[in-house]
Amino acid sequence: MQVRSMGTPLLRMGLVLLAAVAFAGAATAAEVVVAGAADNHAAAGAEHGAAGHESGVDWQAWKAGNDVTVPASLQRGAANFVNYCLGCHSLKYMRWSRVAADLNITDKVLREQLLPEGAKPTDYIVSSFPKADAEAWFGRQPPDLSLVARARGADWLYKFLKGFYLDPSRPSGTNNLALDGASMPAVLSELEGTKIAVFAEHGAGHAGKSVERFETVSAGRLLPAEYDAFVRDTVNFLDYVGDPSQADRRAIGLWVVLFLMVFTAFAWLLKKEYWKDVN
Amino acid sequence: MAADNSALPERKGFLGWLNKRLPVDAFMRDQLTGYYAPKNFNFWYFFGVLSLVALVLQLVTGIFLTMHYKVGEATAFDSVQYIMREVPSGDLIRYMHSTGASAFFIVVYLHMFRAFLYGSYKGPRELLWLFGMMVYLALMAEAFMGYVLPWGNMSFWGAQVIVNLFGTVPVIGPGLVEWIRGDYGIADATLNRFFSLHVVAVPLVLLLLVTLHLVALRQNGSNNPDGIEIKEKKGPDGKPLDGIPFHPYYTVKDLVGVGVFLTLFAVVMFFIPEFFGLFLEGPNFEPANALSTPEHIAPVWYFTPFYAILRAVPDQRMGALLMALSIVCFIVLPWLDRSKVKSTRYRPLTWKIALTVFVVSFIALGYLGLKPAEGTYVFLARLFTALYFAFFVLMPFYTRGESAARVPERVTYSSH
Repeated sequence: MQVRSMGTPLLRMGLVLLAAVAFAGAATAAEVVVAGAADNHAAAGAEHGAAGHESGVDWQAWKAGNDVTVPASLQRGAANFVNYCLGCHSLKYMRWSRVAADLNITDKVLREQLLPEGAKPTDYIVSSFPKADAEAWFGRQPPDLSLVARARGADWLYKFLKGFYLDPSRPSGTNNLALDGASMPAVLSELEGTKIAVFAEHGAGHAGKSVERFETVSAGRLLPAEYDAFVRDTVNFLDYVGDPSQADRRAIGLWVVLFLMVFTAFAWLLKKEYWKDVN
Repeated sequence: MAADNSALPERKGFLGWLNKRLPVDAFMRDQLTGYYAPKNFNFWYFFGVLSLVALVLQLVTGIFLTMHYKVGEATAFDSVQYIMREVPSGDLIRYMHSTGASAFFIVVYLHMFRAFLYGSYKGPRELLWLFGMMVYLALMAEAFMGYVLPWGNMSFWGAQVIVNLFGTVPVIGPGLVEWIRGDYGIADATLNRFFSLHVVAVPLVLLLLVTLHLVALRQNGSNNPDGIEIKEKKGPDGKPLDGIPFHPYYTVKDLVGVGVFLTLFAVVMFFIPEFFGLFLEGPNFEPANALSTPEHIAPVWYFTPFYAILRAVPDQRMGALLMALSIVCFIVLPWLDRSKVKSTRYRPLTWKIALTVFVVSFIALGYLGLKPAEGTYVFLARLFTALYFAFFVLMPFYTRGESAARVPERVTYSSH
């Protein structure tokens, strides 16, 4: 029997893979360095343009920080959606009854506070906004939001709902940081208030606009922290709607993974027992 | 493989009746208990059986998805959401299938890498390798058409890009593309035929090819990490000295591998089914829209090395040709490698460096295929494309005259 153990080729190939991963890592790092350099540049420009002010609003780093396992937040989000979004946007793949069941909303509350006139609990959540009006007023039909959290991500939604600023050049009078030229008006300004975005000279005009600071024009009904919470709950609800089984799936998944680990452990013991004879 | 002639058990009653009519015991003896496999298989030898597990997983989940999926331009996207939301456990079945597609490619790539590592494609196993390559080609077709079925925006534009590649074929190109699509653009007719091919035609071909792959494997038996033919060293009983019966030894060992695989699979499927946008891409959660092109079109990760090669060439026709060649390289591998030594363990440093360069290039191209084709990425894609082809094209030269002096007589194995 030779001395060479089974471990050596494994180790060697491990090194090869490690080298490959290191390469990919290096490439990513290079990219980050480049991007970082651009940021520094922009930040420097911002400071230059407005001495004495803080060096810009890092809106691209905003995170939704939502949690789909918190029913209270989802319930508030559902109420927000019905009050502020459903006028124009549908959730055509979601039934009212499913939302009620998943979010622990009683039939009474569903019927009295959420369901539109004449809708049944088993109906899909559909806006009554006529398509022709939508196209006449906004140039396009407001998109269905069933899957928006999956297509764009919860963080993007959070940035979008907090990203409206006054822009007289737009037909709606407002523009959006996350979606330049958005046709949606700032419907939440009643809550958030209105603001002007002062752009860093350097970053203006680029895809990711570099904001130096916001200037409040008029205050809304909510304090900034309250508005953030409002947006977070709404985004949380849309995240849930994007994949309504996600919380259940994770709960089941834990047991499945545990079972498979135990199964594998026993399989390994069985293998060890059989392989005692092999030498 | 020479049949094991050890006596079959005497059966009475039903089993006796059955064995007289169907060679159950003989099959068990020839294929499992009397089939001797080298005892020194290591980690890399799990991926064959795992490919089989992935295949079965895809077939079974696919059958259930087909019960609820509604093919057609107007219904496909909605029916996937119906599966995700209204079919009991539909989300689990769908995620098993979508995660399964990526898992299938992961294990197949590792299985192929094993062949590179230990020279499993070398004689007398060239045909085994060719059947394997045909399985790989069928799998690529299967995965591509399956990706179109949810009819998301990336399905649509991905299909647009890939089908248009056939347009670069000289003379018949434009007609060929129209024939594949069945329309002047990617449309309802395309979706319908891709569904038919995805659920009927290609799975049948896959099953046939996998069977042939296994039959060809049984003919000469498995290679092993030392690249030695165990049948050349037989004991007085006519059994290979370094072989052990496939059953029970490798069935119990593979069971451990399957357990580990399924555990990792479940972690992805239940907790991170999108796998950070690699297994399920964001733009595919928007319905197919011929008027809105996704910001940048990238295929799913398992095609990105080839996609990077396609885009590395400025001319589309040359790019498509080079991409086709990059796959042909795999097919002719047994005739490019001139070394008499199978296992990398006993091959010289030149081979080890070449193999490392290839693996790094393949992974790097896979990464670059996900990135937009601009700036440094283009340069890097060209560099790694050149290295990728250098590995294959120069192989007849750098593998010639390798010495077999270091190859041992018997396999290396130590029971711990």
